Amino acid sequence: MNNLLVANSVSKSFGNFKALNEVSIAVPKGSIFGLLGPNGAGKTTLIRIINQITMPDSGQVLLDGQPLKPMNIRDIGYLPEERGLYKSMKVGEQVLYLAQLKGLSKQVARERLKYWFDKLDIGDWWNKKIQELSKGQAQKIQFIVTVIHTPKLLIFDEPFSGFDPINASLIKDEILQLRDEGATVIFSTHRMESVEEMCDHIALIHKSNKVLDGKLTDVKRQFKTNTFEVGMQSSNPEEVTRIIKEKFEVFPATFKNLNDDIKLNIKLPDETSSNDLLSFLTSKAEIHHFVEVIPSANDIFIQTVKNN
Amino acid sequence: MNHLPLIIKREYLNKVRNRSFVVMTFLSPIIMIALVAVVAYLSQINNDKKRSITILDETGVIAEAFENTENTTYTILSDTGYETAKELVKAKEDFGLLYIKKASDTINLVESVNFYSDESPSVSIISNLERRIEKRLSDIKLQNDGVDIEQIRASKTTINIGQETFEGEKTSKIDSYLKLAFGGAAGYLLFMFIIIYGNMIMRSVIEEKTSRIIEVIISSVKPIQLMMGKIIGTSLAGITQFLIWIILGGVLLFMVSAIFGIDLMQIQSPQQQMINQAMASSDAQNIAQDLIAGFVNLPILNLCVAFLFFFIGGYLLYSSFYAAIGAAVDNETDTQQFMMPIIMPLVLAVYVGVFTVIEDPHGTVSTIFSFIPLTSPVVMLMRIPFGVPIWEQLLSFAILVFTFVFTVWFAAKIYRVGILMYGKKPTYKELFKWLKY
Repeated sequence: MNNLLVANSVSKSFGNFKALNEVSIAVPKGSIFGLLGPNGAGKTTLIRIINQITMPDSGQVLLDGQPLKPMNIRDIGYLPEERGLYKSMKVGEQVLYLAQLKGLSKQVARERLKYWFDKLDIGDWWNKKIQELSKGQAQKIQFIVTVIHTPKLLIFDEPFSGFDPINASLIKDEILQLRDEGATVIFSTHRMESVEEMCDHIALIHKSNKVLDGKLTDVKRQFKTNTFEVGMQSSNPEEVTRIIKEKFEVFPATFKNLNDDIKLNIKLPDETSSNDLLSFLTSKAEIHHFVEVIPSANDIFIQTVKNN
Repeated sequence: MNHLPLIIKREYLNKVRNRSFVVMTFLSPIIMIALVAVVAYLSQINNDKKRSITILDETGVIAEAFENTENTTYTILSDTGYETAKELVKAKEDFGLLYIKKASDTINLVESVNFYSDESPSVSIISNLERRIEKRLSDIKLQNDGVDIEQIRASKTTINIGQETFEGEKTSKIDSYLKLAFGGAAGYLLFMFIIIYGNMIMRSVIEEKTSRIIEVIISSVKPIQLMMGKIIGTSLAGITQFLIWIILGGVLLFMVSAIFGIDLMQIQSPQQQMINQAMASSDAQNIAQDLIAGFVNLPILNLCVAFLFFFIGGYLLYSSFYAAIGAAVDNETDTQQFMMPIIMPLVLAVYVGVFTVIEDPHGTVSTIFSFIPLTSPVVMLMRIPFGVPIWEQLLSFAILVFTFVFTVWFAAKIYRVGILMYGKKPTYKELFKWLKY
C-alpha cells in the first residue's frame, strides 16, 4: 500500500453547478502532494470531501485502503484557507478544546501543547485571548491546532498566508519535519515557488476536472520542450547567430552572465540530442553556459489552464 | 465519536463566563426590584396625600352624602354665598370647592353642580364625587316615591356559586384565578425563554461563522452535534441565569420589603385585583380555606411534568430554527427577514393563551391551538391547570416531538450548508435549494 489517500472518481454538484467531475487522485505515503488549480476550480470542495465536511454525490475516498469513516477525523489535520479561532476564548483552553474534539485526552493534549509552545517559541500566551494576539501569532496557534493530534494526513490550504518571511520559513521547516517523521501532506496553494520548493507530487484541477497529475519531475519531463539555454563568446557574434538560426528554432534568452556576447534559447527537434547541439556549437564559438530549460511549476500551471 | 458533552461544556462555560452575561445576571434582578420598590414607594406617597374639599350645598340635602374618609376631609358650608365660599377655600388652601346650586327639583340639580379648583382634579376624584351625589339623589327620588330605603338595603344579597365537578371535586372562583396565574406564568416564561436564549444561540452561531472557526470545528464534529451542543449548552446557561434571577429576586424582594416596610402587595396586577374581588365576596376565613383548597385542587404533578416536557419540547423546536437562521446569514442585521415567521406564531400563542384560554379553556380555538406544534407548548401549558385529559396532552406532545424531529433535521440541513456559505444574503428560495444539497 503505497498510497495513503485515494479518491476514486469523486463527483459533487451544488444544485446545477458541478463542483467536481469524476476527480481521482492518489496521494503517496510520506509525500507532499500539491493540489493546484485556479480560484473556483473545486479544490476546496475536494478537501472538504476528504475531511468529511461534505459528502460526495458519487465516487469514494479511501484512507489506508479503507473507505473514510467518522473515526478518521483523528487521522486528518486540516488548516483551512478561511481560518479563525474563538476570539474571546483563552489560547490554552481553546487549543485543548479543539484537540479534545480530535480525540486527544486532556492530559496528552496539555503535554503536546507545551511541546509545541516551546518549539514555536510561544511564551506565556496560555491565558491570553485570541483577540489580544497579532495575526501572525494567531496563525501559529492555528498551526498547532492542526498538527497537535499527530495526524497521518495533513491538509494545508494556503498555509503561509499571513506569515512574515521568518515565520513562513519556520512553518515550512515544521511541515518538512512532520513529513520526515512520517506524515503525508496535501498542500493547496497559489504560490508556485512553494510548490517548486516542497511538493513531490502535484495534481491540477481546472473547471471541476482534474487536468494533470503525477510526480513533479515526471510532469516537468512531460512539459519540457527540448530547449537549451546557451551562452557563448565569439569574435563574430552576428555571423554565428545567423548560422544557428538557419539550423534551429531560436528564442532570445535572458540570464545574468559576465561577458557572453551571444545568449540564446535553442529548441531542438525531437530526434536531436543535447550532444548533437553541443558538437555543432563547439566549432562555432566558445561555450560558457549550457543548461536545459526545465519548465517551472508556474509555466506548467499557466500553460495547462490556458490550453483547457 | 460523541463530542456532545464536550461541546455543551464549552458553550456553557463560554456563555456563563461572558462578562455581559454575568453583569446581566446579577444586575437585572437588582434593577427590577429597584423599579418595583420605586413604583411602590411613589404610589404610597400618592395614596397618602390628604385632601380637603369644601362643599357649598344650597339644597341642604346632598351634603350628608359626604362623610370624611382616610384621605379626604369634607368641610360642609351653608348659609354662605358662592363668593364668600370661594374666598374661604382659597384662604384655607383647600383642594377645591364643590358648589351645588339650589334648584327647583332634583332633576335640574344634575346640571347645576360644579367643582372649582386651582389644579384640574383627577378623573377618580370627580367620579368619586359624582358617585356620591348620584347615590344620594336616587335615594331622595326613591324616598319621594314612597319607597323605604332601609328595605332596599336589607334586600341586597351576595351570592357565591359553589362549583363542583361531577367527580365531586369542589372548585371555586379563586381556583380559576389560581389556574390562570399558574398557566399564564408557565406560558409567559416559555415565551420569554425562547426569545432571550433563542437569540443567544443565533448570535453564537453567527459568531462562529464570522470568526471563521467553523470549518476547523466541523472537520472534527458533525454539524448536527455542534448544533445540538450549542442549543443544549446555551439552554443550560439560560436555566442557570433564570434560577439566579428567581433566587436573587426573591431574596432582594424580601430584603427591600423588610427594610422599607413597603407592603409590596399593594401594587396590584389586574389578576390580583380579580382575586381580590373574588375574595371580597366571601369572608376572610373562607378565603384562606379556598386558597389552600385551590392549591390542592391544582393538578400539581401533571402541571410539573407537563411543564418540563412542553417547555423543553417547545424550546428545542424554536431554538433549532434560531440556529438555522444563524447559520444562513453572515451578520445579525440580515436575520430580520427570517425572524418574523418565528416571532409570529409565538406571539399568536400568547394572545390565544391570554384571550381565549381564560374565556373558555376547553373551547374549539384553545383546543386547536394546543395541538398545533408551534403554539402548543404555550397554549397547552396555559390550559393544563384547568384540567386537560391525559390523552390530549400526550397527543399534543407527540405531535410536538414529531415536528421537533422534523425541524431539527430541516434546521441541520440548512445549518450544514449555511455555515460554509459566505458573502451572499440568502433568500427563502435559496434555503429551499440547500435542503437538496
